[in-house]
Amino acid sequence: MPTIPPWSAEALPEGVQPAAVVWDETVDGGGYSAKALARGTRLRLTDVTGDACANLLLHNHRLPTERLNVADTVKVQWQAYLGTGSVLLSDLGRAMATVAEDSSGLHDAFSGGSCRAANAARYGSGEVEGPHPNARDRFGVSLAKFGLSRRDIAPCVCLFKGVRVAEDGAMVWQGAPTAAGAHVELVLELDTIVTVANTAHVLDPRPDYTVGPLRITAWRSTPTGEGTPQWSSTPERERAYRNTQAWLAGLPGATVPA
Amino acid sequence: MSVVELPLPADLPAGTVVADEWVPARAPWSKVIEAGQILRIVDVEGNQAVDCVLYLAHDTTERYSAADTMAAQGNVFLVVGTTLLSTERTPMMTVLGSPVARHDTIGGACSKESNTLRYGHHTTGQHACVENFVFEHLRHGMGKRDIQSNINWFMNVPVEADGTLGIVDGISAPGLWVDLRAEADVLVVVSNCPQINNPCNGFDPTPVRMIVVQP
Repeated sequence: MPTIPPWSAEALPEGVQPAAVVWDETVDGGGYSAKALARGTRLRLTDVTGDACANLLLHNHRLPTERLNVADTVKVQWQAYLGTGSVLLSDLGRAMATVAEDSSGLHDAFSGGSCRAANAARYGSGEVEGPHPNARDRFGVSLAKFGLSRRDIAPCVCLFKGVRVAEDGAMVWQGAPTAAGAHVELVLELDTIVTVANTAHVLDPRPDYTVGPLRITAWRSTPTGEGTPQWSSTPERERAYRNTQAWLAGLPGATVPA
Repeated sequence: MSVVELPLPADLPAGTVVADEWVPARAPWSKVIEAGQILRIVDVEGNQAVDCVLYLAHDTTERYSAADTMAAQGNVFLVVGTTLLSTERTPMMTVLGSPVARHDTIGGACSKESNTLRYGHHTTGQHACVENFVFEHLRHGMGKRDIQSNINWFMNVPVEADGTLGIVDGISAPGLWVDLRAEADVLVVVSNCPQINNPCNGFDPTPVRMIVVQP
């Protein structure tokens, strides 16, 4: 459930002022949540028991046809495995979010979220009103509340559930549960609709539908700054930040850097 | 599309040829392949990536899903025997045969925008697969939002032990092909990849041939 008002949240990360908190919620296993968040928001996802699976979508709040592109994210950065420093790229060549902290290291950019048929084949049912909710239908309903549709359900990333690719292409499950309390912190580089479905991972080999609670905490902070080590960590990332910067420069209220 | 005047490949599956078309270098193409029909894509001159998306012809909100296809088979490579699944895990097409050891579905499609990241802003004026896809989708009443995950026929994207992901020299060659049997009526949309900044097309985009066989 959400903490209302958000700034009454307790047990915040060190140094976070309660007054800066804009979202605090614990999503039960099988559930979902979404929120529009401003550029510069810092979003912490916490795997409370070591068994969460945060299927994550990002859409540009001002231009929802622009969204997280998982394939471009791994291809442009030449790296299949997300971690600290990774930039989540949009399908229009812009930095949408930066992985500022990652104490998990087990994520998956290939398997995507579950769908109803996959869960039905695996657990006997997959509808969201049943005991084995699927990610795709959670995404569809959540996005519809922002005026979007099934056509906007792009491939997602799965945080806290690791998959590695063997030399022969086999997808190797990294095991679960993992360390309780692991977290990922994203810095949002654009005004973003963040959608999270906390549903069992499609490659989880355990016979029972298994997914633990996910805590979401977001607070006002600052976007990745020009000239910081992260900004210029690779030429590709720097061009992504520059593309974001160039787009923002044309929006109402933008100020041109001195 | 121009009529192909080459002889039919000797190893084409038996049946009636209902279409035989060129896709010019750098161009888009689309066609509904009916359930049971076989689409052969021929890499005529070799080392040519063919970016491809699929839709159920009667409901284009259900489309090819790279994630579901990979997760269901537990492997990221598309090989002979792979069933291409939709976002709802409906079988769309089956890879019936191909002399190419594997095809890619993790590398996405090149766009003018991602080209600026990979190669620099001087490439902005170059053509790209997403440009082809958007144009071709508009013809079918769809748009940019519909373009999600895709297949790259004839492309080679290995994942190394440390996660390093590269687009390396193709493992295709002149005349090599892939045969796809439609398991439902499927709208196939392709972009004959125009990329000239990496080896996926041998730095020289070339035409491909699309043959549809009714067994």
